[in-house]
Amino acid sequence: MSIAEIFDKMEYGPTPENSEAALQWIAERKGKFDHFIGSSWVKPQSRKWFESHNPATGEPLAKIAAGNTKDIDAAVAAARTAQKGWSALGGLARARYLYALARAVQRNSRLLAVLETLDNGKPVRETRDIDIPLVARHFYYHAGWAQLQDQEFAEFEPMGVIGQIIPWNFPLLMLAWKIAPAIAAGNTVVLKPAEYTSLTALCFAEICKDVGLPDGVVNIVTGDGKTGEALVKHPDIDKIAFTGSTEVGRLIRSATAGSDKHLSLELGGKSPFIIFEDADLDSAVEGVVDAIWFNQGQVCCAGSRLLLQEGIAEKMIAKLQKRMETLRVGDPLDKSIDMGAIVDPTQLATITKLVKNGENEGNVWQPKCNMPKDGSFYPPTLISDVAPAATVAQEEIFGPVIVSMTFRTPEEAVAVANNTRYGLAASVWSENINLALDIAPKLDCGVIWINSTNQFDAACGFGGNRESGYGREGGHEGMMEVLKPKFLSKLPLYKETKTSAPEDFKSSASLADLDRTPKLYIGGKQTRPDSGYSMPVFSAKGEKIGEVGEGTRKDIRNAVEAARKATGWTKASSYNRAQVLYYLAENLDIRKPEFADRLKIMTSVSAKKAQNEVDATIQRLFSYGAWADKYESAVHSPPMRGVTLAMKESIGTIGIICPDEAPLLSMISLAAPALAMGNRIVLVASERHPLIATDFYQVLETSDVPAGAMNIITGPREALAKTLAEHDDVKSVWYFGPAGGSKLVEAAATGNMKRTWVNNGKARDWFNIAHGEGREFLRQATQIKNIWIPYGE
Amino acid sequence: MASISPLKPAAEGHTRNPGTPLDLDLLDRIRVNLSAVERRAATLPGRRTVKKAYQAAWLLKALTCIDLTTLSGDDTPGRVKRLCAKARQPVRADILEAMEMADRNITTGAVCVYHSMVETAVEALKGTNIPVAAVSTGFPAGLSPFDLRVKEIEASVSAGAQEIDIVITRGHVLTGNWQALYNEVKTFRGACGDAHMKAILGTGDIATLRNVAKASMVAMMAGADFIKTSTGKESVNATLPVTLVMVRMIREYHEMTGHKVGYKPAGGISTAKDVLNYQIMMKEELGVDWLEPDLFRIGASSLLGDIERQLEHFVTGRYSADFRHPMA
Repeated sequence: MSIAEIFDKMEYGPTPENSEAALQWIAERKGKFDHFIGSSWVKPQSRKWFESHNPATGEPLAKIAAGNTKDIDAAVAAARTAQKGWSALGGLARARYLYALARAVQRNSRLLAVLETLDNGKPVRETRDIDIPLVARHFYYHAGWAQLQDQEFAEFEPMGVIGQIIPWNFPLLMLAWKIAPAIAAGNTVVLKPAEYTSLTALCFAEICKDVGLPDGVVNIVTGDGKTGEALVKHPDIDKIAFTGSTEVGRLIRSATAGSDKHLSLELGGKSPFIIFEDADLDSAVEGVVDAIWFNQGQVCCAGSRLLLQEGIAEKMIAKLQKRMETLRVGDPLDKSIDMGAIVDPTQLATITKLVKNGENEGNVWQPKCNMPKDGSFYPPTLISDVAPAATVAQEEIFGPVIVSMTFRTPEEAVAVANNTRYGLAASVWSENINLALDIAPKLDCGVIWINSTNQFDAACGFGGNRESGYGREGGHEGMMEVLKPKFLSKLPLYKETKTSAPEDFKSSASLADLDRTPKLYIGGKQTRPDSGYSMPVFSAKGEKIGEVGEGTRKDIRNAVEAARKATGWTKASSYNRAQVLYYLAENLDIRKPEFADRLKIMTSVSAKKAQNEVDATIQRLFSYGAWADKYESAVHSPPMRGVTLAMKESIGTIGIICPDEAPLLSMISLAAPALAMGNRIVLVASERHPLIATDFYQVLETSDVPAGAMNIITGPREALAKTLAEHDDVKSVWYFGPAGGSKLVEAAATGNMKRTWVNNGKARDWFNIAHGEGREFLRQATQIKNIWIPYGE
Repeated sequence: MASISPLKPAAEGHTRNPGTPLDLDLLDRIRVNLSAVERRAATLPGRRTVKKAYQAAWLLKALTCIDLTTLSGDDTPGRVKRLCAKARQPVRADILEAMEMADRNITTGAVCVYHSMVETAVEALKGTNIPVAAVSTGFPAGLSPFDLRVKEIEASVSAGAQEIDIVITRGHVLTGNWQALYNEVKTFRGACGDAHMKAILGTGDIATLRNVAKASMVAMMAGADFIKTSTGKESVNATLPVTLVMVRMIREYHEMTGHKVGYKPAGGISTAKDVLNYQIMMKEELGVDWLEPDLFRIGASSLLGDIERQLEHFVTGRYSADFRHPMA
């Protein structure tokens, strides 16, 4: 086009990024890549390679090794061999390696950016300005944690060998999120990149080699879902870290149940983007662009549900449509492109199908933008006037498609926002800080952006609630996902106590005195079990010392319902909760002899020991009274003008299955932290020694514990545990009992992907404060929500 | 399109903004989020860029939007004549020929001077369509007696200025006295008559983006043909975030009334790279109409030199030097 024509029309011209260096990098490796195991390039055992394509053109880019179980075996072995030495090297030495990796990523930034764009189809503008700088930032940040590990995590040790499975939407960034914290802490890793996008991971492998990272610290095995499955099922893996779909996350939870593998899952989302009428609407429009047309909407935390306050809905839709007209879709290597290619034709077909169905559920609108003729592209799409019940409002589309709906009041905004199985992120737009900061805690999700969206930084935790998974990546909270308390690996096995009636048992002589028939404790009332049955309780000597109600799934249902209603406890101030815990301690103190006697009879411990247990229990209640207002939230410092609050929030309803060891102390060691942090609990008493729990009713009743905050069920442990773990309205289950129960709970938790905390068949010494009290318990009793609050006038 | 002249006088092709009654409710509803505005302003240059022939054509277009300016205490008729000569012929003829743009009568958008230099400039620009713009109303502080400020406009108009750059009383903004601001600008507009009025908001002085947005809206309601950032004399002048807020208000006003108001950033735009970012923001937020000199002006003095060097680089492939281009 002549200068004169351009001068008259003032259009944008082509602004291609040069891809020669990246293509040459592939060509120099003959377009064929092996696994990276123990710092060597290892041919796949299958001798098979699969093709990876450039989604913008459909042309093949490279051949990638197809990993199988044997490749995974070799990689895990290499990681295992390397782990002790890598850990023993110390934080300071590891920090040097992480700094070196960060610098090497910066040195190779353009190659990595272009390679990523070729492989994934996302605009080079994003890889250049967002992905790769965040990768470098992540290694720098975690080099810092390695440096400080001895001081800041003195009581912790690395988990060991971590298997990591990452998605295709942010290939290198997700690699960094996984690898940086893991190796900083002294773990070694086996990482499987997504099938569609392995190239930058392989380039990173070369970088590891270049900086002289010890052999076996980072191993990369490429392949598809089967390769991932082999990694998940490998017996010598200590932890699986997965980012991807909820569907696969569920399979992983199932496959690892009872294996003692630690798990962190970052899964799908259907995140709300809430605009109140007092928002800066023009800025909110740009927010929507960054929320749903970032990376073609293939973002787990994409703001895909637009919630508009009714008064401004029409205006916003008009503004948004006008803005959509100026979005440019095209060659991702063009620097002036807003949206590149969808990662693969399969994904494109999924998006197309979901939008097609959406035509019956709302007004589908797409701008008249120039679409490339070849390659895998989809236009920016708005589906307005959608009801929450619509499929497109419930299902994750994972494409450049946003659905809009309206709300009338802040309360309704929260209700609509939370009306989803997911709970990853949310954006809240309002110029009223009172409103924004009131809404943020009410949204059930892990990340909230006030007047902003899709902000990420290594210093801030990222991760979701509900079916969006658990665990956090980034920040202090992310380090806790790759470390474990040192004492854990030294715990003895849990000893199963017999619970069945001894043959020809005889009633205790004192039974008549004790002939109360304890019921269940639900919603602040003593309630008969739904079954109408009771079961005998025996002393350690085999004497029948009483009966308790035989709780069933219906009683669990009722207890969970009572817990759901007891929101007052969660809303109560921490000062108020502290007072209740102190009050519990005081009232237990008054009944010390009675509880000590009961312990003596039930567990056959000496009077002295029984006395000790009651004393320790009272101390524990005092401790959590103290903790209630001292386990504080943090403020992260990402590089922006603003703050990120890492709010430690209560989880909701927690199911707690108590062990038989030190029945009073262990029950309170579990219940008190959960209560202190504002959770409501449904507690299954020790199956062997339930009377100590039923005795506790009266302490609860006299201590101002609100109805429903603490519910107690007696009965068969495993059956009740399973019902609790399956219950969709229970957010977390803690299980302390024999190993089989841990497996049962983890497997049953896949329904709503609830958090679990299980003892994996190990016994804690509840009298030991390091095992039985403190931050580990509080961490399990809370979830961290990162709230980004940029400010400035 | 080949016959188009870059010398469209301000507001040609669309009716002048007659203004509207002051709408205080609308002002109350204006919200601006600083961090979000900064983010858009910071990322837009990464989202769009123009290269090679496109860049050359865009820069040439930018050049036609420059209000070539001298506003110094030491201005003399000789200095102003030199400036006008440069305005007539801003780019070396051989460079324009190489770009096949020699026949397009490329000039700057206007020449901008103090009142005392208006007659000199009008004389020096005779035979061209280049308008003379006069800064007025007690520029730069705008705190001289009100009737004198009005008279100053009338004097400049009768001296031949076709455009008047007025300054507003920043105190009205800082005290939220929108009625006073509206009355002031409306009176100025009346005094301008047929001359086009650019309202300088003093964005560096009025401090917050919320103030910038409200002052923009009031100036347009009072009948400004252009809204302009600053005098060039403040410590902070034109910036991309301020621009974003002002052009969004122009868009809002256009949607509300159908009237197109122009935008003039002034001060601090000195490189070709800078000006491209402004052009991209105009195109993205307002559309291509706002890339033409009737709706977009740039108050600058050293920018022209950098554009000339970039254009020569485009033609020759060699990096250029300032002494190769005639000075103003």
